[in-house]
Amino acid sequence: MAEHTPHADAVDLGPHEHVVSPKLYVGIFAALMVLTYLTVEAAGHDFGIFNTVVALGIASTKALLVIAFFMHVRWAGKLVVLVVASGFVWLGFLILITMSDYLSRGFSLVTG
Amino acid sequence: MSDAHAGPLRHHFATLQQQKESATLGMWVFIAQEIMFFGGLFGTYAIYRYLYYAAFEDASHHLDWKLGAINTGVLICSSLTMALAVHAAAVGKGKQIAAWIAATILLGSIFLGVKVVEYKEKFDHHLVPGPKFHYVPHAEAARAADPEIDRHSQIYFSLYFMMTGLHALHMIIGIPLLAWMGWRGWRGEFSALYHSPIEITGLYWHFVDIVWIFLFPLLYLIGHH
Repeated sequence: MAEHTPHADAVDLGPHEHVVSPKLYVGIFAALMVLTYLTVEAAGHDFGIFNTVVALGIASTKALLVIAFFMHVRWAGKLVVLVVASGFVWLGFLILITMSDYLSRGFSLVTG
Repeated sequence: MSDAHAGPLRHHFATLQQQKESATLGMWVFIAQEIMFFGGLFGTYAIYRYLYYAAFEDASHHLDWKLGAINTGVLICSSLTMALAVHAAAVGKGKQIAAWIAATILLGSIFLGVKVVEYKEKFDHHLVPGPKFHYVPHAEAARAADPEIDRHSQIYFSLYFMMTGLHALHMIIGIPLLAWMGWRGWRGEFSALYHSPIEITGLYWHFVDIVWIFLFPLLYLIGHH
């Protein structure tokens, strides 16, 4: 299809899509690979409880890159962003409230 | 091949733009549901990891983190080839769609192949939960840290098989979907104006990649240091 068709009434020129350049995809891919290396490297050091924090931080960064660029949410409308965010907010509720319950009951290692 | 007047626009949509936005939104609602679906398992993992911290760390040593890392790389490669397939569709190149999708299927199959090797090893070492489960701690001190490590490590492996199994099931469903999309792309059914099916199949594939991005450090790397 021609990209610069002069405006004509009642002609649907199709979705106004943002076509992402393959170079950007390769850049995101490289970032994901570097972050994978970092997560393996970080796991080799003992940061105590912070090992989990670092691992989840890196994984969340990778997930954000995939969602924003590979899944095009960076260029999506507000409604899509809202749905994506709501999925993760509800996941947050699930884990946060469940864990706050378990943590506040003082279960220890050898319980049960 | 299709012009904007006839072809892909379904009668219940006013414009192609509206049709495309509806398809994308619908897929994201499905993915939000998928987040909750996997979320139940991640929540269970969080609880048991907290309760049986030492057992989980020790049990994690029984996984081969190198195979996990290779599979992470393979899956990220497959996300790239999937993104390039969607790009080929956005610029209206049907044959390229098919080629990139074939690459995605190949990488997905390699991932599943590695998974088969890993599962086989767990069967051989009696690490599959059930009557034949027999746990040998990785570290001598592990049994002293948790006298019930046999039971608690079995919970770790139950979660390992549930989480990676559900993830693998998603890939097993995804591969035929990809093959179908590749076939349709090859036949020239998609154009720069209309390629929502390939776009939303891509969303599904990337989502499956994201699940693995979290599974890898949480299952393979927790006892690494």
